[in-house]
Amino acid sequence: MLPGNPVDILLAKLQQRGGTVTDDTRKAYALLLGGDDDTPLIQQYWQYLVRLVHGDLGVSVTYYPARVSDVIATSLPWTIALVGISTILAASIGVALGMIAGWRPGTWLDSLVPATTLLAAVPYFWLALILVYLLSRVLGWLPGQGGYDVVLDPGWSWEFISSAIYYGILPALTIVIASLGGWLLGMRNMMVSTLSEDYILTARAKGLRERRIQLHYAARNAVLPSIAGFAISLGFVVSGSVVTEQVFSYPGIGSRLLQAVTNNDYALMQGVFLVITLAVLGANLAVDLLYGLIDPRTRAKG
Amino acid sequence: MTNITPLNEPDISEAPELLAQEAEEVGAPRRSSLRPLLPTMTGWLAVGIGLVVLIIAFAVVGPWLVSDPTVIRDMGLTAPSSEHLLGTTQTGQDVLAQLAFATRGSLQIGILVGVLATALSVGFGIYGAYAGGVADEAFSLLSNVFLVIPGLLLVIVIAAFVPREARGWWTIAVVLAITSWAGSARVLRAQTLSVRGRDYVSASRVSGEPAWRVIAVEILPNLLPVIASQFVFAVIAAILSEAGLSFIGLGAANSWTLGTMLFYAQNGFALSLGAWWWFVPPGLMIALFGMGLSLINFSIDEVINPKLKNVRLHRRRARKIRRLEEAARA
Repeated sequence: MLPGNPVDILLAKLQQRGGTVTDDTRKAYALLLGGDDDTPLIQQYWQYLVRLVHGDLGVSVTYYPARVSDVIATSLPWTIALVGISTILAASIGVALGMIAGWRPGTWLDSLVPATTLLAAVPYFWLALILVYLLSRVLGWLPGQGGYDVVLDPGWSWEFISSAIYYGILPALTIVIASLGGWLLGMRNMMVSTLSEDYILTARAKGLRERRIQLHYAARNAVLPSIAGFAISLGFVVSGSVVTEQVFSYPGIGSRLLQAVTNNDYALMQGVFLVITLAVLGANLAVDLLYGLIDPRTRAKG
Repeated sequence: MTNITPLNEPDISEAPELLAQEAEEVGAPRRSSLRPLLPTMTGWLAVGIGLVVLIIAFAVVGPWLVSDPTVIRDMGLTAPSSEHLLGTTQTGQDVLAQLAFATRGSLQIGILVGVLATALSVGFGIYGAYAGGVADEAFSLLSNVFLVIPGLLLVIVIAAFVPREARGWWTIAVVLAITSWAGSARVLRAQTLSVRGRDYVSASRVSGEPAWRVIAVEILPNLLPVIASQFVFAVIAAILSEAGLSFIGLGAANSWTLGTMLFYAQNGFALSLGAWWWFVPPGLMIALFGMGLSLINFSIDEVINPKLKNVRLHRRRARKIRRLEEAARA
């Protein structure tokens, strides 16, 4: 049904390295990868599910002979750390700025809000290219490639972690700048809508301090959709940055997926998709649970 | 969203605002009934329309005015000059000529995806909510499933499975449309649910109008601003994802888009050779077009959510009062 055959790709790799390919080799590889099998599809799928329960995702063709679960385990922390931290940063900065801009609609600060749409419309990877060009090539402040200094051995040493942070600044900056606008705008609009509610008027009439009204009355209600959006975007953390990772040659899950796609590495693709789906579903569940916690109105409805 | 009150129903608290707005415009000619559906002209809206019109004009007219973008000259990577306004690529191709054709390609895909995705979301969102019952359940389940699927990843995988020769720009457009309609279908469903219960809709149902007529004549006009804003979003998203897809080399075969330009720039080491004139213009073009569309969307948002508009009206009235006070003092 689908074009390309993982066995052919492995054999081609073997041939490149000077190995001889006979029919027996082909058959051995096919058996190893679970192809060349006469069992019906439904039975193969059942076998896959059984192996899945045992934590066996198969063997990766791209990183042969590494197992898919190992490939994912080594690349997942990179993506989660990078995209997770930058999503948290972007959301908190954006919500804070949106709260300030929406609190006094019509001031000079608020009239600048439409300009942030430029940030939201910028393609992530292009922004990455520009930042690499300016900060890495012209100014030479930050490294523009990779996830850590390749001289070092990955491990829990301080040297390695500081190098990972140093290499991560530029990709993180890209993601923060590109996604800041959306958070700001959403929070600003909700803030403006909330300000015209009656309880704000009541709070003013009671003579509460402005700061208290801003934080405890307006912002607390206005932030609800942003929190829901934040939980959902945490689910997309795993998948959100394929192209950005590609620009920086970052050793995360996105570049693994691209490798898998170009090499017809079905086992790895399935594995990556499984992880992403689990992350997204988990985040959605978290949103539903969280909403009952932070918004009593949803609890009251029977 | 916790704000479950229908947004386009006139609210008693807004009545003074409307009165104020009308009082302010005494002597102005009577406005047509379409007026509330159209956004008010503001400075930002003018900027947005200006950007979008300019870029569309460039995409339509540009390709006829520039030289052949594929001609190879023996002057690789020259900086912008009077002869080549945006310089040349590694193989001496004119960047401006490429930009014109690429803009046209990107806009084509963007608009096609926008139309397809909007049609899908209108179909699933509005019809499901109007019909109710099993159809509604099925349609919202379907859109929820599509909503959870990470779009770009699915696109990458599908694009990789379609063989390169068969991967025309139509294929890419259809794939992008299929992965991007769900969000706006949900928005439309929520809006339709609030419109569906109004008296005039029930009246036309009771009088035996067919479903398509009730939807097209009674419900759709109420949803036009929402649909317009979803369409604009779909176009931006489509152009961005197509660019991302082409940038990693999985775009349409034999087509010129802004993403392919960036792909060639990246693979031609434009970055390490410092050829900013090669990789800056395509991204800037996308950013400016997206900004123009977003600014237009800002004004449409004011139509959908009048509270946002009141802010601007308040400001205007405050200015007017200040002017009057100053005049009285003088």
